[in-house]
Amino acid sequence: MQQLFNFFIKNKTFVLFLLLFSIALSLTIQSHEFHRSKFLNSSNRLTANVYSISHSISQYFNLVKENQLLLEENSRLKSKRFNQEISTSIDSVLKRTYSLNSAQVYKNSYAQPNNYLTINKGLKDSIKEDYGVITSRGIVGIIDKTSTNYSRVLSILNTNSRVNVKLKKTNHFGTLTWDAKAPDVVQLKDIQDLVKLTIGDSIVTSGFSSTFPANIPVGTIDSYGLNDTEDLYIIEVKLFNDMTNLGHVYLIKNNDLNELETLKEPNE
Amino acid sequence: MNNIVLVNIFRFFGLLLVQTLICSNINFMGYINPFIYLLFILLYPTSNNRLSFLFSSFLLGLMVDVFLDSGGTHAAASVLIAYIRPLFLKFSFGAAYEYQAVKFSNTDFTQRVVYFLSLIIIHHFILFVLVVFNQNEILLILKQTFYSSIFTLLLCLLFTSLFSKKQT
Repeated sequence: MQQLFNFFIKNKTFVLFLLLFSIALSLTIQSHEFHRSKFLNSSNRLTANVYSISHSISQYFNLVKENQLLLEENSRLKSKRFNQEISTSIDSVLKRTYSLNSAQVYKNSYAQPNNYLTINKGLKDSIKEDYGVITSRGIVGIIDKTSTNYSRVLSILNTNSRVNVKLKKTNHFGTLTWDAKAPDVVQLKDIQDLVKLTIGDSIVTSGFSSTFPANIPVGTIDSYGLNDTEDLYIIEVKLFNDMTNLGHVYLIKNNDLNELETLKEPNE
Repeated sequence: MNNIVLVNIFRFFGLLLVQTLICSNINFMGYINPFIYLLFILLYPTSNNRLSFLFSSFLLGLMVDVFLDSGGTHAAASVLIAYIRPLFLKFSFGAAYEYQAVKFSNTDFTQRVVYFLSLIIIHHFILFVLVVFNQNEILLILKQTFYSSIFTLLLCLLFTSLFSKKQT
């Protein structure tokens, strides 16, 4: 026992190094697994406050762009409304499945293999994990962690991200992933090679998951090829969204989520 | 003595903020970012307690990790270079550093570049290995290490010459 203590005291620098290094390594390994990085994330109070101060300064530089986006969306919604027939107003009586919340992006990254966003809505605004995040142009990601006032979003530019999408024309569905190469191109996998593809076809969300409603725009087909076993396509999808410049986002809340969860439980 | 502690505490928080708010958002050519917070580890006083040095390097790396949502990658790389730093001090400045604390502002320019560059390359390599975490992407790791190291080195030299107390 005495010798053991002596050994530790003699090599205390090495022991401390080993300890700290293994802590860091275990945190790293944990962060590479989806939904596992529990302890450290930028939605905690300290980091989010720093980001919010920085955001309050930097937001002025993007005002022109933000205004333009809002105008575009406004005009689109207005034209939709003017062309709408009166009979559809019955819809408003029915219960709404999805409700929207708006939020500001405080921190965004796109140059790493695993990217996250920090936004300024949290548990206080009844935001929970697995809510979808979109902009007026297309999808952004899924809420991954929430604190009282802030949340962290797992961007679609994350190698852990999996989103169910489909071809708008033929309704064939597959999984959207990212290979960490370019911030404007993502990969669509698991589509059978029997399907006829055309470059420029639209990709939209499938609505199979409870996170995103159907038909939210994602992007267009840029190019495609077959996978190693030559039975499935790997499709390069050019995103509608400019992921390098995000200001306002919308959070999608599925009001039927609890009901859907109870349906799932017996299967487990 | 007290002054050195204060300077290092200021450096710790200053570099942390500069790193997370400015340097990590540069994305030069799409993905190249400098990691300027390394200056804290590079310039930490040599005569000081090694245990506290290791611990503060770890803490700085961890803080950067929390801000950038990168798990524990920066912490691991920072602790590693903090641990092997004496080797490189000896390698670049000769054995003399052990007897008297090295004053970085008084050292030869080439010696300083060798010292900075070797530690920066090791740090970046470990960092990108952990960030990418995929042995099939070794080329991507090397490419990122190479470009980011150059960027970091340039910024480190710029910072040290900007804030050096040497009278001209």
